[in-house]
Amino acid sequence: MVGNISLERVKEEYFDVLKELGNIGAGNATTALAQMLQCKVDMKVPQVRLLNFNEIGEVMGGEEQIVAGIYLAVEGEITGSMMFVLEQNAARSLVGKIMGVPVETDEMSEIELSAIKEIGNIITGAYLNSLSSLTNLKMLPSVPDLNIDMLNAILSVPAIEFGIMGDKILLIQTQFTDDVEINGYFILLPDLESYSKILGALGL
Amino acid sequence: MSEIIKVGMADLNICKSPDGITTLGLGSCVGIAIRDPIAKVGGLAHIMLPDSTQIANNSNIPKFADTGIEELVRQIVAIGGNRSRFEAKIAGGAQMFAFQNKGDMVRVGERNIEASKKKLKELGIPLLAEDTGLNYGRTVVFYPETGEFFIRSAGKPEKKI
Repeated sequence: MVGNISLERVKEEYFDVLKELGNIGAGNATTALAQMLQCKVDMKVPQVRLLNFNEIGEVMGGEEQIVAGIYLAVEGEITGSMMFVLEQNAARSLVGKIMGVPVETDEMSEIELSAIKEIGNIITGAYLNSLSSLTNLKMLPSVPDLNIDMLNAILSVPAIEFGIMGDKILLIQTQFTDDVEINGYFILLPDLESYSKILGALGL
Repeated sequence: MSEIIKVGMADLNICKSPDGITTLGLGSCVGIAIRDPIAKVGGLAHIMLPDSTQIANNSNIPKFADTGIEELVRQIVAIGGNRSRFEAKIAGGAQMFAFQNKGDMVRVGERNIEASKKKLKELGIPLLAEDTGLNYGRTVVFYPETGEFFIRSAGKPEKKI
């Protein structure tokens, strides 16, 4: 099912590959964010966090922290899914910047929600683009889906996908600094069959 | 002085009255609460996947509905619960995002609910109540003393089932 490499080998290289791809993708996403906001955005070197499922709450202020999760399917030569998670306050601040008026109400309006979706679209698109040019493999993002809810509930979706393969979840933590510090997390989940393609494309 | 014991994702734990037991932010995962109403002991499992027999790497017992519920029952018996009196309540199994593209992930919340119910039925444990499905996360707190199962969701009033 994974070409001529064994499942064991995929597992060994699984996290290293995701980590490297994540670093590159997050850098590109930051550039896209800066263009969108038309200002300088600094990015700290992304931190790769490999967590047990019960440690997920240790990132982003706890299991019940309200976050915006943007989830999309990846199609093309590489298939799988991808998620971008952002603290609710960071999402508000970004939306405020784009729309030119601060988001003050607790409940976000339809238009504010679509602005978050659009941010997610641009950031994840940039992320996938850089992976695509690096590997020379087509990766086409689907229209993203947005949900704002408790961190654990949002992350249960990629956690379950990781759960099929093992007992840990890999997050790429990206800290953007604009006027405010914005913590975002990328989670890239290629299908198992796509690993051999990615590994092959990277000459592994 | 009662305590609230915390259960993580893909984990389970047990407690005795008057203590309660909680798990935070169930999404597509399912929380299964079981108690013995006479001995007033119980426990909570936070499962992620429906079926351990479908997965090669299945050594993590609390991760799956089938093995997780069996283990939860075993542990409640070990602290004095009587299986014949066991009763259950479940929550979670939401579909957090509209799209799910992959075979393993299609309707995973719903399949987690179905698998949990199937296992409870197989073990002869009546399901007294459930708060499942839809598209939002749930934090649950269970008290084996009373059987009360509290459910909190973002932007919604607390529920008791």
